[in-house]
Amino acid sequence: MTRVAEIFETMEYGPAPESAEQAQLWLEARERQFRLFIGGAWRDPADGEYFETINPATAQSIARVAQAGASDVDRAVTAARDALKSWRGLGAHGRARYLYAIARHVQKHSRLFSVLESMDNGKPIRESRDIDIPLVVRHFYHHAGWAELFDTEFAGYEPVGVVGQIIPWNFPLLMLAWKIAPALAMGNTVVLKPAEFTSLTSLLFGELCADIGLPAGVVNVVTGDGRTGELLVKHDDVDKIAFTGSTEVGRIIRTTTAGSGKRLSLELGGKSPFIVFEDADLDGVVEGVVDAIWFNQGQVCCAGSRILVQEGIAERLVTKLRARMETLRVGDPLDKAVDIGAIVAPVQLEKIQQLVQQGREEGAEIWQPSWSAPKEGYFFPPTLCTNVSQAATIAQVEIFGPVVVLMTFRTPTEALELANNTRYGLAASIWTENINLALDVAPKVKAGTVWINCTNVFDAASGFGGYRESGYGREGGKEGLWEYVKAGGREGGKAGSETDEASSSEADSQRSAIPPSRHPALPPIDRTAKLYIGGKQARPDQGYSIVIHGTDGTPVGEVGHGNRKDMRNAVEAARQAENGWARATAHNRAQILYYIAENLAAREDEFVGRLSHSVNEQSARSEVELTIRRLFTYAAWADKWDGLVHHTPFRNVTLAMPEPIGVMGIVCPERPSLLGLVSAVAPSVAMGNTTVVIPSEPFPLAATDFYQVLETSDLPGGVINIVTGMRDELAEVLAAHDDVDGMWYFGSAEGSGTVERLSVGNMKRTWVDYGQPREWADAHHGEGEEFLREATHVKNIWIPYGE
Amino acid sequence: MTNAPKSRDIDRIVTVPTKQRSRAVPSPPLPRAHPARHRNPGTALDLDWVRQIRVNRSAVERRAATIPRRRSVKQDWQAAWLLRAVTCIDLTTLSGDDTPGTVRRLCAKARQPVRPDILAGLGVGDRVLHVGAVCVYHSFVDTAVAALEGSGIPVAAVSTGFPAGLGPFRQRLAEIGESVAAGAGEIDIVITRAHVLTGDWLALYDEVRAFRDACGPVHMKTILATGELGPFRNVARASAVCMMAGADFIKTSTGKERVNATLPIGLVMSRMIRDYRERTGSRVGFKPAGGIRTARVALDWLLMMKDELGTDWVKGDLFRFGASSLLTDIERQLEHNLTGRYSASFRHPMA
Repeated sequence: MTRVAEIFETMEYGPAPESAEQAQLWLEARERQFRLFIGGAWRDPADGEYFETINPATAQSIARVAQAGASDVDRAVTAARDALKSWRGLGAHGRARYLYAIARHVQKHSRLFSVLESMDNGKPIRESRDIDIPLVVRHFYHHAGWAELFDTEFAGYEPVGVVGQIIPWNFPLLMLAWKIAPALAMGNTVVLKPAEFTSLTSLLFGELCADIGLPAGVVNVVTGDGRTGELLVKHDDVDKIAFTGSTEVGRIIRTTTAGSGKRLSLELGGKSPFIVFEDADLDGVVEGVVDAIWFNQGQVCCAGSRILVQEGIAERLVTKLRARMETLRVGDPLDKAVDIGAIVAPVQLEKIQQLVQQGREEGAEIWQPSWSAPKEGYFFPPTLCTNVSQAATIAQVEIFGPVVVLMTFRTPTEALELANNTRYGLAASIWTENINLALDVAPKVKAGTVWINCTNVFDAASGFGGYRESGYGREGGKEGLWEYVKAGGREGGKAGSETDEASSSEADSQRSAIPPSRHPALPPIDRTAKLYIGGKQARPDQGYSIVIHGTDGTPVGEVGHGNRKDMRNAVEAARQAENGWARATAHNRAQILYYIAENLAAREDEFVGRLSHSVNEQSARSEVELTIRRLFTYAAWADKWDGLVHHTPFRNVTLAMPEPIGVMGIVCPERPSLLGLVSAVAPSVAMGNTTVVIPSEPFPLAATDFYQVLETSDLPGGVINIVTGMRDELAEVLAAHDDVDGMWYFGSAEGSGTVERLSVGNMKRTWVDYGQPREWADAHHGEGEEFLREATHVKNIWIPYGE
Repeated sequence: MTNAPKSRDIDRIVTVPTKQRSRAVPSPPLPRAHPARHRNPGTALDLDWVRQIRVNRSAVERRAATIPRRRSVKQDWQAAWLLRAVTCIDLTTLSGDDTPGTVRRLCAKARQPVRPDILAGLGVGDRVLHVGAVCVYHSFVDTAVAALEGSGIPVAAVSTGFPAGLGPFRQRLAEIGESVAAGAGEIDIVITRAHVLTGDWLALYDEVRAFRDACGPVHMKTILATGELGPFRNVARASAVCMMAGADFIKTSTGKERVNATLPIGLVMSRMIRDYRERTGSRVGFKPAGGIRTARVALDWLLMMKDELGTDWVKGDLFRFGASSLLTDIERQLEHNLTGRYSASFRHPMA
């Protein structure tokens, strides 16, 4: 029988190869050796070190790539620094033109980029061709628009400066685009380090930058392994680090950069839930799982790797999934009819194999299709693990391979408990035909992206980023651009020295006594300032007090000396209050803030008297008035910090919803003691966070008086908890507490560094001042949208529609 | 009889022509239903299943959009798949200006759908390769049966008041009987869309069941006219009900609706076929019709059928295209496959 006749009978698939010819020619023309792209030119690495980059589908070397050393990184950073001024000076429209040119150029050479990406990374050509590269193009187009709008949309802001960007190997060029496009659009210059497994498309991108005449030094590409990344992270002249990769490395970067004043955005790992309710379109769900975990060999940070399915339909879903897995095709990434390509490197393949083995040993039922994956190259078949308990290793850790676990739940409440029972919070997928259920669950999942009845869809217009140990910062959408700007005219960023003298001079002039007793014959009744935890006044755990002095040195009162256990109790109280407060209507939160202001105004004189221990009476009066006004400001904002509906190019609504961060630790500035406290606490609380507050260490009495105002203002217990004591001692407890979701620190440079360093336990988001005090009385410094952005993170909810 | 009841009038209208036709043909041909072909006996109406059916349109469209991007057949595989597509074509003419002459020309094309030199060049010259069926209005069933005699190609007749299906019920029923009697081997019925649009599943079930009974041993394809059914969920539910009522094939369209066979609709119906098989063990065929004009699109359909339902559903027993101009485009592609030169439609005998 002839071959055509035979295929006519069997109706099998045959090879459908994408030609690698152009990519091979491109590699040959460069003699398969790549230097560093620094200052617009190609430079040999100073140490002359090169390494091989491997095609994971064949295990053969494709090319040799330079390993950048210290002097190379230094040179690249210098080039970026040198380019910064003129790049900023070029203006919004000029930058927009360059970004537009990049988009055009990538589009014009899209197939070369696609083929090269698949060769280097092992992902199927269908994905690089239909998903990765089109998204890259879209990202540059979209950000060309933001570049153009810089002056109006980011009035008062300026670029951060030189940005070091470190990207992973799973979506090499796409992650490059996610990093470079917003950085350039906002006027920054970039030193990019691609992952060592997948350098090639970023080098082709370097050529493209030269081709379009992008000014030298605006984009620099330094290749190399983790050592190069470390050099970049530690470099003194880098203003910001943007990193996408594992939580493990993200933690190291956070520790390394702590206290340096470098801005940091991290997009880390995930173990994202894929929740299937009983009324879902199960065939749709099956394809959703294919897109969730068998996309890019499962090497996707937001992969839906935990299927949570309602018990009644679990068996049917498993049957359908297994049938579908049989029809998946694993093989040559350059074959156009392949669904799953090669795992990026042997080390990753071994990790997957080992975790699956561990899953088996821990009692999971491991199911793989009847066919076998190719033996040459690094391949792993799609794998479904059932009979998995929540405690199992494979249900907890990120496998980063085509392996999915499946567990069941009974009710939406239980689904949410399971979904949120993870350290990560990158993404979630919800499948139901019931919009009430979908929109009820979406805000309750702790994840930066929620896909309803879809999964792994991305767009430049939508923000992407994590909660919890999945990192912080957003990429894409307007929310992503704040990572690349800073408020103009203020020296944010780099660490400076603490200036204690900021406002103390005014305090020296006049001294007010303790309000005298109204009965001259009797001594005043002793007042005991306590801690304020869970809506109740609480004595400090260890029964010590701290004597507080006025600016003239005379004792004016005592406050409790809070300790670890008091902090623990306060965090527990805040956690308990979290749900109710976050779910309270914004109107309701506003009303309470107004009421606090009202009650503070009623006791204005008393607070003026109290503050007069630390500042003169005139300042004290003005501080109380400003405090009342600030409460009004945030009461006003409470129901106006709206989200956005992003214009993503699908039949779909993408809701960008600001959500409270959760439990926030707030370390208040020393001065002004009342205004500083309210300026920090009010925006957090207005946005729906619950707080553990460490008031001014030298002047805490306004805070302890203030809880009496809170008590009379209908504020639910636990929303604001106040623990007095030694600032940095308590701040360390908060920073190291893994149930605190975010932390603000207004104090010393050293304390700022400590907070950042200790935040790595749960990768909590931090906002510190590096010892550079704000002008709290000035509305431009002491209040505004910056506070609201820092008190929220944006969740993007994708809702496709159509009946 | 002066007081002839109405029913007798209908009787006369319906049955007399059949008798006349029978007389006109000396030995009435036997129904050409393939003896070994699958039949779907149907089941009782399971309304619980119907109500449980959920279809998420966006998810369906997403999958349908990626199928042609996920799969590809090249070179010999493409040639073989295109030849297979030819055998799945219900070569169709349903025009008001059809004549015995045009129908006979169509039948001739059905017997020899691809130029013999192309078949020989592809190494399948020794095979008898013909289309799946010839599909015509009732009036031309006898013409087509005669023209196809000995070829093994069944004649499919559109029936039951095609395309709108809104004639008197008994008349629609009788139409089936007449086409069967005239030698049709397959009957393509249309359903009453109103039953779907009003959610009267029982009425739909009874209607299709009655048609099926009228078909007797002849294969019945049920045209849903999906372009007129509204949401995908309606299409899915109608598919389920028709299969329970005994449809051997479910078919997308009459070709006369505004929207005809699209991949997303095909996906919805294919998935219902799969569900039905899981529930009953019976295999139901699928026929997209209308708007399928190019080899590229035909391959997309085959790729989808293979991935969603398996290899059995890319063969004529369980899969048909309702098409007319498609064949020429496939021939052009086959010639290109063979010679490497792009072909022209005038190089291939028209249907």
